[in-house]
Amino acid sequence: MYDIWDGIKSALYLLVTLDRDLIEITLRSLQVTLMAVAIGSAIGLPLGAWLAIRRFRYRRVAIAVLNAFMGLPPVVVGLIVYLLLSRSGPFGVFGLLFTPTAMIIAQVIIITPLIASIAHQAIRELWAEYHDLLISLNTSKGQRIRTLIWDGRRPLITASLAGFGRGIGEVGAIMIVGGNIDHATRVLTTAIALETGKGDFALALGLGFVLIFLSLFVNFATHALGRTERGRFW
Amino acid sequence: MKATLPLKLRDVCVRRRGKTLIGPIDLSLDAGDLTIVLGPNGAGKTTLMRAMHGLQRLSSGSINYAVPTVAARDAQAFVSQHPIMMRRSLRDNLIYPLKLRGTSRDEATVMAEDWAARIELTHALSQAAPNLSGGEKQKVALARALITKPELVFLDEPCANLDGHATRDIETMLLAERDVGRTLVMSTHDLGQARRLATRVIFMLKGRVHETGTADSFFSTPKTAEAVAFLKGDIV
Ligand SMILES: Nc1ncnc2c1ncn2[C@@H]1O[C@H](COP(=O)(O)OP(=O)(O)OP(=O)(O)O)[C@@H](O)[C@H]1O
Ligand SMILES: [Mg+2]
Repeated sequence: MYDIWDGIKSALYLLVTLDRDLIEITLRSLQVTLMAVAIGSAIGLPLGAWLAIRRFRYRRVAIAVLNAFMGLPPVVVGLIVYLLLSRSGPFGVFGLLFTPTAMIIAQVIIITPLIASIAHQAIRELWAEYHDLLISLNTSKGQRIRTLIWDGRRPLITASLAGFGRGIGEVGAIMIVGGNIDHATRVLTTAIALETGKGDFALALGLGFVLIFLSLFVNFATHALGRTERGRFW
Repeated sequence: MKATLPLKLRDVCVRRRGKTLIGPIDLSLDAGDLTIVLGPNGAGKTTLMRAMHGLQRLSSGSINYAVPTVAARDAQAFVSQHPIMMRRSLRDNLIYPLKLRGTSRDEATVMAEDWAARIELTHALSQAAPNLSGGEKQKVALARALITKPELVFLDEPCANLDGHATRDIETMLLAERDVGRTLVMSTHDLGQARRLATRVIFMLKGRVHETGTADSFFSTPKTAEAVAFLKGDIV
């Protein structure tokens, strides 16, 4: 039987010595997910704000669709993106399958609804709170949106952080569209899955520690944002 | 300052899901008065004032200022019963309406600090407004309304959470505002305050204007039995 302590010890050794593979995989994970968060936020935050402020005929339907998208199983997203990007698919000519770009696309699809949904909730609350004041002051539409986004920046950042948390720990979709190719599309989660399967627990655990650290960081940042909101001075 | 008064309400009704909240109401409001809106809980004071300011959609009837309603609102301010604090510092709350009107940040900051001193909250200028006490919030909301020098100010129970000292300061401030020619419409449950401040009274009951007139005549010779009972402190 494999000794779990040996695994942890070797994992810590890899971390302390900044193992090349470990660093490379971590950086790629960050690169893919941060890119996905940037794109997902650029789409999701304004979309959520817009759904919260604008009244239009199919708003409820749009919100329901958004929530439905949030519940999409990542593996299915991976499958669909795979079909779209595969050589015979509609976007096959771009040759994106098994590249980091494909993984970014899949993650964007997975996290954008989450970001938009949290942003929608936050801005809707703020709008209800500010409604009378902003109407009373004869603000223009643009001024209202700018005010709500600025004053709602903490919950909006929380939305992006939630997107990051979901993206960095996701494995199903990026495994399918990225292919977990060494030195090309291997990221934290897919590498852990592979190394565990191979029985190389040292690297798997080392990567696991990195992943846990990133998740803790997200939680800590979210918590800190909440604390400043209740603080005396901003 | 644009002259947006007089204000005329004709047959104003506000209904929600078949229930009549206020109306029908006919009323006019002239420049220079300090009108106190009186009435028991749920009489429709808040709804009436929100309607006059254009925050409440009318189900029927009309509200007319001397200029179009949106332009009129530029010369007005509204202090809500529950003060709305922007998630910013006290200073930035006071600056916000000035910035919307194109005042430079430096000038706005000077005015904000001046108003903070008048409401005795200079020490709290950099504090997060939503985390101030209830009474402090009310004072900030009042200052934020008056800072733009509006022609007409609506105040929905502005002293509800204030202690005696703060209430007296606010009353002094409101009288000073009236003396520089601002028109004020204010609701209150404090009859003493109403007697001290009012030049006109609107007495509301069950969504209707039950009695209206000058403060002198309302307090000395109320015309209706309900007003008499209300002034005595009886349940109406
Ligand atoms: N959004 C709303 N939906 C349904 N009913 C409402 C709404 N707002 C107010 N009402 C009702 O309208 C009536 C008048 O309310 P309003 O707030 O104007 O009274 P008020 O005179 O300001 O009372 P208070 O002295 O307690 O502030 C009340 O019966 C209230 O329940
Ligand atoms: Mg009220």
